[in-house]
Amino acid sequence: MSESDPAATVVRVDDLRVTFPTMDGEVRAVDGLSFEVPAGGGLGIVGESGSGKSVTSLALMGLHRGTRAEITGGIEVVGNDVVAASDKRLRRMRGNDIAMVFQDPMQSLHPQYTIGNQLIEALRVHRSQVSRSKARERAIESLERVGIPEPAKRINSYPHEFSGGMRQRVLIAMGLMCDPKVLLADEPTTALDVTVQAQILDLLDELRRDLDMGLILVSHDLAVVAGSVDEVVVMRHGRAVERGDVRHVLSEPEHPYTQALLDAVPRVEVSRAQRRARDRADRKERKNGEKQSRTAREEVEGPPKGATAFPAFSSAAEGAGKGEPLLRVSDLSQSFKVRGGLWGRSSDFWAVKGVSFELRWGETLGIVGESGSGKSTVSRMIMRLLEPTAGTVEFQGRDITHLPERRMRPLRKQIQMVFQNPYSSLNPRLTIGESIGTALRVQGERDGKKIRGQVQDLLERVGLEPNHYNRFPHAFSGGQRQRIAIARALILKPKLIICDEPVSALDVSTQDQVLRLLSELQDDFGLTYIFVAHDLAVVRQVSDRVAVMRKGEVVEMGDSDAVYENPRSDYTQQLLTAAPVLDPDEARRLRAERVRQRAAG
Amino acid sequence: MTTPMDVPESSQHAAPEAVAAGAEGAAGRSLRQIAWRRFRRDKVGMTGGVIVILLILIALFAPLLTAWFGHPPNQFDQELVDPLTGGVLRDPDDTAQGLDPWGGISAEHLLGVEPVNGRDLFSRIVYGARTSLLVATVATVVCVVIGTVLGILAGYFGGWVDTVISRTMDIFLAFPLLLFAIALVGVIPDGAFGLEGNYLRIGVLVFIIGFFNWPYIGRIVRGQTLTLKEREFVEASRSLGSGNAHIVFREILPNLITPILVYSTLLIPTNILFEAALSFLGVGINPPMATWGGMLENALRFYTTSPHFVIVPGLAIFITVLAFNLFGDGLRDAFDPRSSD
Repeated sequence: MSESDPAATVVRVDDLRVTFPTMDGEVRAVDGLSFEVPAGGGLGIVGESGSGKSVTSLALMGLHRGTRAEITGGIEVVGNDVVAASDKRLRRMRGNDIAMVFQDPMQSLHPQYTIGNQLIEALRVHRSQVSRSKARERAIESLERVGIPEPAKRINSYPHEFSGGMRQRVLIAMGLMCDPKVLLADEPTTALDVTVQAQILDLLDELRRDLDMGLILVSHDLAVVAGSVDEVVVMRHGRAVERGDVRHVLSEPEHPYTQALLDAVPRVEVSRAQRRARDRADRKERKNGEKQSRTAREEVEGPPKGATAFPAFSSAAEGAGKGEPLLRVSDLSQSFKVRGGLWGRSSDFWAVKGVSFELRWGETLGIVGESGSGKSTVSRMIMRLLEPTAGTVEFQGRDITHLPERRMRPLRKQIQMVFQNPYSSLNPRLTIGESIGTALRVQGERDGKKIRGQVQDLLERVGLEPNHYNRFPHAFSGGQRQRIAIARALILKPKLIICDEPVSALDVSTQDQVLRLLSELQDDFGLTYIFVAHDLAVVRQVSDRVAVMRKGEVVEMGDSDAVYENPRSDYTQQLLTAAPVLDPDEARRLRAERVRQRAAG
Repeated sequence: MTTPMDVPESSQHAAPEAVAAGAEGAAGRSLRQIAWRRFRRDKVGMTGGVIVILLILIALFAPLLTAWFGHPPNQFDQELVDPLTGGVLRDPDDTAQGLDPWGGISAEHLLGVEPVNGRDLFSRIVYGARTSLLVATVATVVCVVIGTVLGILAGYFGGWVDTVISRTMDIFLAFPLLLFAIALVGVIPDGAFGLEGNYLRIGVLVFIIGFFNWPYIGRIVRGQTLTLKEREFVEASRSLGSGNAHIVFREILPNLITPILVYSTLLIPTNILFEAALSFLGVGINPPMATWGGMLENALRFYTTSPHFVIVPGLAIFITVLAFNLFGDGLRDAFDPRSSD
């Protein structure tokens, strides 16, 4: 490796390859990656899960030492040759020259020490000559720098006394203790709410400019990176498919993968109508294509056997004549007992307070809000997985709020749910066929052959193979699992499907496919959806009407276009300016606005 | 898909192994098959497993083995021992040669002979394995059945059911089990419940061990059930309209089989030791039925003259317990999704 001027380039990666031996042979997690970060420069590494971006960031820190990973190529961080350096030298480098901010602020701080202790430790590991009181002063300074209010007081707090966003700030403060030349942030905002995400990204950007520190921002989300870096590397299967100036890559991507990724990112400015029109056009086009290829295939092989598609049903048509809304929720509330306070007396915490809305047949109501806003609690109450504390739920004009479970059971057919986490919503010990077929069995179907047939038809309908019937969930990817979960919700031919964050655990491209599937199924079966999510853009694209929730209450509700284009409440406005956008210039403009708002308020 | 290219649907895990396994690689392979694949590579666990299987075969075919090697376990042969000291003679036909430091190990008596009575140790060890494994296994089954049923009930229903069952577990765990066993075994009649003599005593041992050790399994099952019932697939099943029975038997129980299996394999050696301890204290099985603990107890009187008599049953217990523990640890690692590849 050539000697470089450390002032000009702080990180240089040259033809990096990382290989892991596994039971199924060697896996190349990173395969020939090269990039450079100039001093004070910002680099974004973007890729979907499994693209090798996290492996790369661990390699930069030299954290693959002692594992079975094999590393070849060159990594140079502030003059340290990470591949060849001694363990001692590496330890000196970590924290001192390059600091890392991890994804999950809940797990990256030690719960048993005060944050002050941890910050002081971070400094004294490298500068043992610094006295404790000096280190403490520095820690307070550092906390102030990252915007922790009353740092002199808060320095004695334990991590659990901080919120998620504040903890991430503490972690960044810890990273700053030794004045590193580079800050490596691996998905620093993925676990955070959108408004907090914006604050953390703003902070990183500000620090980079003020301290002239290199920033490497690793994320699965192009929009997160857009406003914060100069250069971007798009990774796929361990390779950089595209690398270049962020404006250039985002506006005129050269590689088709980048193009596809950009297309898949949901944009907040695209309305429901636009998205629907596009999806329907795409579908029509695809159908024509399929029809041609099918007729071609049938000429050779004859018509496909057992081509009984999943029987069509349309619930919207059924409800069209009735004036009744499908679902009416009035004044729905849920409180939980919270122990604590004086003498351990319990007090009520209202997770949901007085939520009312009507849901018409065939429409989609989006419920958007940050974590803790009560949006999931609402959907669980409608599902009757939670007993509402107050208020009523009427389904097709019938009050189901306190219906006993036995009388509820026949109605369960009509209201189904798609859960957030496709990894925990499928029983790992049951084949997917059993998982889906359970619904029919529970509802009294005994004919095994019939169940199997229906499940297989449905599998085909949601874009899987009928012969996947006997496979276990772990053999499927997240997107495929979510398709399975959708099939399970669909098998009873429900009228209403509640989707609770159905795509938030998925990669963007997979997200897009699942959203398309949901929209197709709505067209075909006249389904009514309640779509719960934290992602503003996703909610806009799928919803006819939107309810914005905050702290258990609906702060704004209306036609989705109206809410997004002319938000009436400050909170909605705030959410909209915090949402990450793909256009780097637009992102910077929004950032400036946020900074102004914060300075004013 | 209409996206211009095949965007990978491959894997959501960041772990590199998952990239390889992906949707295609691991397709159709059940978790159990994966566990077996992992287990096969674990040499220590495999060794334990092989020994466990050998032990079971030995116990099953004990009469056949002793028939081949020619000595029933309770056949006295005082010719082989010195009538004065009870020690094993070097040569039964020539008492002048003195005692055999090896305890009479020969082609005739593979593990030597017992002092005083001159019974064949190999046969007694083989028959002892029967008693030990029988008591330990049946007792473990009792533990597992009681523990699983009560553990699921406590974990799934919670509330007062959980309180009652959990407190019962605490009481059972605090019980001075050994003292109780000694007292109870002391008053066993010669026959009851249609069983007689040692069969009755075996039954009592199984009852004591099984009935007092279930809380260990019970706590594990309760804990697992508590987390499982909060999982989304249980909620999903409930929202499909499933009742409690369906959720317990079809959704939760299949997920409990692995931990139950693993902890049973780890419970068996504990129970073997417990049975040996009771026999050692003389409150277990009555002589002349062979048990390892009973043999050890006998042997202690001769440890200066016939050390092999201590070593042989001691080794038998040691190897058996170790083999079961290694096997159990191996199983646990193989089924643990967090263990690497």
